[in-house]
Amino acid sequence: MHVGLEHYLTVSFLLFALGLLGVIMRRNLLVIYMSLELMLNAANLALVSFSRFNDNLNGQVLVFFIITVAAAEVSVGLALIVALYRRRQSAHVEDLTTMKL
Amino acid sequence: MKLEALPWIILFLPLLATALITLFTLRCRTKSSLISISAVVTGFVLSLVFINANGWHPAVSETAVNWLSIGDLHADFGLKLDALSMMMLLVVTGVGGAIHIYSYAYMDEDQGKARFFAFMSLFTFSMLGIVLANNFLEMFIFWELVGVSSYLLIGFWFEKPSAGDAAKKAFITNRLGDFGFLLGILMVWGLLGSLNFGVLQSAMVANPAALGCCATLAGLLVFCGAMGKSAQFPLHVWLPDAMEGPTPVSALIHAATMVAAGVYMLCRTLFLFDADALHVIAYIGGFTSLLAALMAVQQNDIKRIIAYSTLSQLGYMVMAVGLNGPTPAMFHLTTHAFFKALLFLSAGSVIIGMHHEQDIWQMGNLRKKMPVTFWTFLIGALALSGVPPFSGFYSKDSIFAQALEQGREHPLLGYPLFGVAVFVAALTAFYTFRLFFVVFFGQEKSKAASHAHESPAVITLPLVALAVFAVIGGVIGIANNFGSQFSADHESLTFLQQVTEPLKNIVPMLCGLAAAVVGIFLAFSFYKNAAADPLPAKLGGLATAMKNRFYFDEIYEATFIRAHDFIAAVCDVFDRWIVEGACIGFLRGGTDLTGRALRLVQTGNLQTYAFLFVLGVALVLYFVLGK
Repeated sequence: MHVGLEHYLTVSFLLFALGLLGVIMRRNLLVIYMSLELMLNAANLALVSFSRFNDNLNGQVLVFFIITVAAAEVSVGLALIVALYRRRQSAHVEDLTTMKL
Repeated sequence: MKLEALPWIILFLPLLATALITLFTLRCRTKSSLISISAVVTGFVLSLVFINANGWHPAVSETAVNWLSIGDLHADFGLKLDALSMMMLLVVTGVGGAIHIYSYAYMDEDQGKARFFAFMSLFTFSMLGIVLANNFLEMFIFWELVGVSSYLLIGFWFEKPSAGDAAKKAFITNRLGDFGFLLGILMVWGLLGSLNFGVLQSAMVANPAALGCCATLAGLLVFCGAMGKSAQFPLHVWLPDAMEGPTPVSALIHAATMVAAGVYMLCRTLFLFDADALHVIAYIGGFTSLLAALMAVQQNDIKRIIAYSTLSQLGYMVMAVGLNGPTPAMFHLTTHAFFKALLFLSAGSVIIGMHHEQDIWQMGNLRKKMPVTFWTFLIGALALSGVPPFSGFYSKDSIFAQALEQGREHPLLGYPLFGVAVFVAALTAFYTFRLFFVVFFGQEKSKAASHAHESPAVITLPLVALAVFAVIGGVIGIANNFGSQFSADHESLTFLQQVTEPLKNIVPMLCGLAAAVVGIFLAFSFYKNAAADPLPAKLGGLATAMKNRFYFDEIYEATFIRAHDFIAAVCDVFDRWIVEGACIGFLRGGTDLTGRALRLVQTGNLQTYAFLFVLGVALVLYFVLGK
């Protein structure tokens, strides 16, 4: 079977949809965070496959940037979650409604 | 040296005085009054210097700076210097100076003396502005400023409700006239394309039909302004009420100068009026003089009687303008300024002597107690009644002669108005001497009258100065100056010719003289020793109507004010229910409801936001890519 661009994009879409569902449905902040990473990597996959099939390195470069930014984001985000947990003794989103007016 | 800067200094000195008083010396009454007095007296001296150096017709008759230019509209801030404006300059600063000095003593016990003098200087500034203005726009601005200072001074004792009401009445009535005036100015500008008096005059001389079919309308609209300021029927109601202000204010503003501004404006813009407009003006003037003279006969307040006589004399002046006689009108205006200021200030002296009693039936026999006031009042009364050789005789006679002369061309205009004028002259003599005999002769009618005393010299000196001019004002060349302004072929009269001028037209002179004598004689026979007014019993209903000013206030109350209140009520309902309720209420309610609905979306739950965010992105993608 020949593996074409559409296969990669389908996988990427599925990964992205899974991540999105996770972000919307799951309650635990940590899991939401992992789902976010999933979405980012879905995007990465799409970029890499475009790069590969278009004989163009721009997509690859972009992926490196995304990975770097994601790493930084994870470290900040995890620190925030830990701080929040220490304060509230909970990492569930339904407990975090102080933004409500 | 041409002294070109002098008129500017004369104009702005009083404004400077106002600024100094309000900014720095409001606490110090003496300093404030001295600043104000010196401003106006300096103005008088500088006017004399200027006239002495340049004559009555200066070579440079206009100085102006460009003030604003918008499209075709070029408005200058300029001064017009000719015999007309310089004569008025002398009247305003001269009579004004005498009254300022008088006020120094009259207002001595008043806590608001500094404020009073600040207002007086503001008034002097605005009046000089009207007199010197060289275009309609500038004149209108000063016209309104005069209205404001009149408002401030009538309401000077603002803690009295009647003073506050009178001030509002004067201001609003004047606004009615000024509205017409403004329309008239706009019309003249629209048709002739300029506001400058000189330019307008040459345009009208070059083409007398330049105003076309609107000539009469434009003239009457401009006359509306004079109707308000000079208190002509039907806007005459404010002037008697304006007597709520202090007596010097009545003398300066509501007798000698401001109310004359309307007549001055008519003479300044006489070239605008066509025959029809002038006829209407003459009839209105004649009617006002008759109406006011009748009302004056049955008033009992010393200031109100003089106020009605002012109305009546203003009617004379306006009538003279309407009879195409600007020279008699301005002549009478000037002599009237002298003797009416004199009468008011004498009345003020009486009021001080009587400890602020103004009812003439509480006075009596003041001849012995206030000799100086008695003599000055007598001179004023004789001048007002038109007895030779006092100034009023000459100016009134010139108006009578003008009416008869017009009668030859327009029998329906000149002759009836001549009759009215002579009848009014008799009435004038009658009510003036009614006042005179009741106040100064007969028995003391109250305790205050028996304890009355003569006023101090600061008060009597201006009286004497004004009295001198009330006597000689007719023969010192005032008519010459105005004559040379208004007609090119005017011959200047010598002193002797001026004295015998009335003899040239024997009929009007004899009629005027007879009217004055009859009036004085009737007043003498009725009021020589009267303890109460014998007229109401003789005249019955007419006397009541005169006393109640022919019910004009009541009629206005029942018609215009009622109608105005009704319109205001309708507007109030419209504003409250339609604008406020329907329009604003709908918007406010809609916003409120939407806000409440949108508030439900704001759960605070992170995942709801994320979901809505995704939904939004999906929508955007659908619209961007889906089509």
